Amino acid sequence: MKYILMMTFPLASWRTQRLDLWPMEDQKRHMEFLKRFNKELVDAGEFVRTEGLGGPEQMKVVRATKSAAPMITDGPFPESKEVLAGYWVIDVETPQRAYELAARASAAPGRGGEPLHMPIEVHPVMFSKACEDV
Amino acid sequence: LTAHPSNAHEHLLRELAPQVLGAVVRRYGNFAAAEDSVQEALLAAAMQWPDEGVPDNPRGWLIQVAARRMTDQLRSEISRRRREAEAHRQEPPDADLAPPPEDADSAEHDDTLLLLFMCCHPVLTPPSAIALTLRAVGGLTTAEIANAYFVPEATMAQRISRAKQKVKDSGVPFAMPTEQESEERLASVLHVLYLIFNEGYASSIGDELQRSDLVTEALRLTRAVHGLLPEDSEVAGLLALMLLTDARRAARTSEDGDLIPLAKQDRSLWDRALIDEGIALISATLSRGSIGAYQLQAAIAAVHDEALRAEDTDWPQILALYSLLERMSDNPMVTLNRAVAVAMVHGPRAGLELLATLTGDPRLRGHHRLAAVRAHLHEMAGDSDAAVADYLAASRLTASVPERDYLSAQAARLAATRR
Repeated sequence: MKYILMMTFPLASWRTQRLDLWPMEDQKRHMEFLKRFNKELVDAGEFVRTEGLGGPEQMKVVRATKSAAPMITDGPFPESKEVLAGYWVIDVETPQRAYELAARASAAPGRGGEPLHMPIEVHPVMFSKACEDV
Repeated sequence: LTAHPSNAHEHLLRELAPQVLGAVVRRYGNFAAAEDSVQEALLAAAMQWPDEGVPDNPRGWLIQVAARRMTDQLRSEISRRRREAEAHRQEPPDADLAPPPEDADSAEHDDTLLLLFMCCHPVLTPPSAIALTLRAVGGLTTAEIANAYFVPEATMAQRISRAKQKVKDSGVPFAMPTEQESEERLASVLHVLYLIFNEGYASSIGDELQRSDLVTEALRLTRAVHGLLPEDSEVAGLLALMLLTDARRAARTSEDGDLIPLAKQDRSLWDRALIDEGIALISATLSRGSIGAYQLQAAIAAVHDEALRAEDTDWPQILALYSLLERMSDNPMVTLNRAVAVAMVHGPRAGLELLATLTGDPRLRGHHRLAAVRAHLHEMAGDSDAAVADYLAASRLTASVPERDYLSAQAARLAATRR
């Protein structure tokens, strides 16, 4: 069963708490955690892919409109509480395993090595498509 | 699956893969390393044969190449160990390293069954057993298996190597299990083949309903097992079930890829040759007086396939078969299917009453089939409101895109007629 684990970051604290503002040592610890976590997923035969995403300042919302030009607005919707920071797609044998991995990702070390307790959204993957099938 | 250099060679290589692996495992005993060597030999053949032609004795050629790889591997392993522990001088076991005489293993020796018993061992979870079976017995490359299951090749490689490690750790011998054990082991082999078939036929992930390569592979391997164990009724039953199900393949989806239910399929598109073969097989098997879950499912498929029009379906017979099946296996999915048969024989209200006994069954929690069947029976009973609600509930629960589309289309159709 495939799942996507979506790492969400609280938008309110993005300006002050995002990764690149942490002390070097804490950033390093966090990156090492991710590296180990990914390696473990590969070794377990559960890894499908992972990607880290640009922050809200690099983000746009695009919406097609009735007129020719689509509407492009900067950043997430003002009412958003979280921003998608990155995700994993995993292929695991049980939903429990997906929740277990999500809990581990949620406890990734943040400032001072304290667990971040980020909310991780877990969604089952409905379908996958490879290039050659399109 | 990705294309091999040549289809004719691909067929031959897949046929030979388990025989070659069996011969190499017999000679060297190391299943994990032997499996890697045989993969390399198969790849070498796939590269060379299209240019150089198929050797006179392709099986012997593959065994020789695999054995050479195996020898190299063992040699470097030994010299590594020797370097690591200079004090312990270890002579290479020359007898084992001697190149094999040309095809010394008798050609009639078929190890397919032994390998299947090994690859489908109950110590492995079904996903691991599937991956290992497709590679070691099916002769598929890791890349092909990875493509079929939409995961990176490295992930699939890791899954296979972990599966091999687990087989090794469990100490499963490369030998025929005892007669008592045999039955249980054959049951897990059949289960794995059934899962491969199902993944291909009614893919629960993927927006294409049928991934026919997995269907073909499952059929090929089940045929091989049936060839080896022609007297086993459940093997015959599973093969018949696959044939009778696969026969409907062309009628099962529209040109747009939409799901077409059995009752609405254009039955002229059904593959008569497969149906005839499946019916002959299941009839011969049942006439021997044996009974089993795969045989019963095949018998049900046969009754459906025998009806030239949906309205000709012999529902009382299907109901009787589902009742037998329900007594054999405590599976709520069987009860769901029986409810449909009950509705067809005794009317939708009777079917709904049976479904009511399943409400709250923890095994069906979150599963779309209960709501889908209930929707269908409500529709039969003329209760459109309840049917629409259940079709929508089912469409929200399914993880299959074609099924979701089908169920929401049913809801929309009924809602429109109601207005």
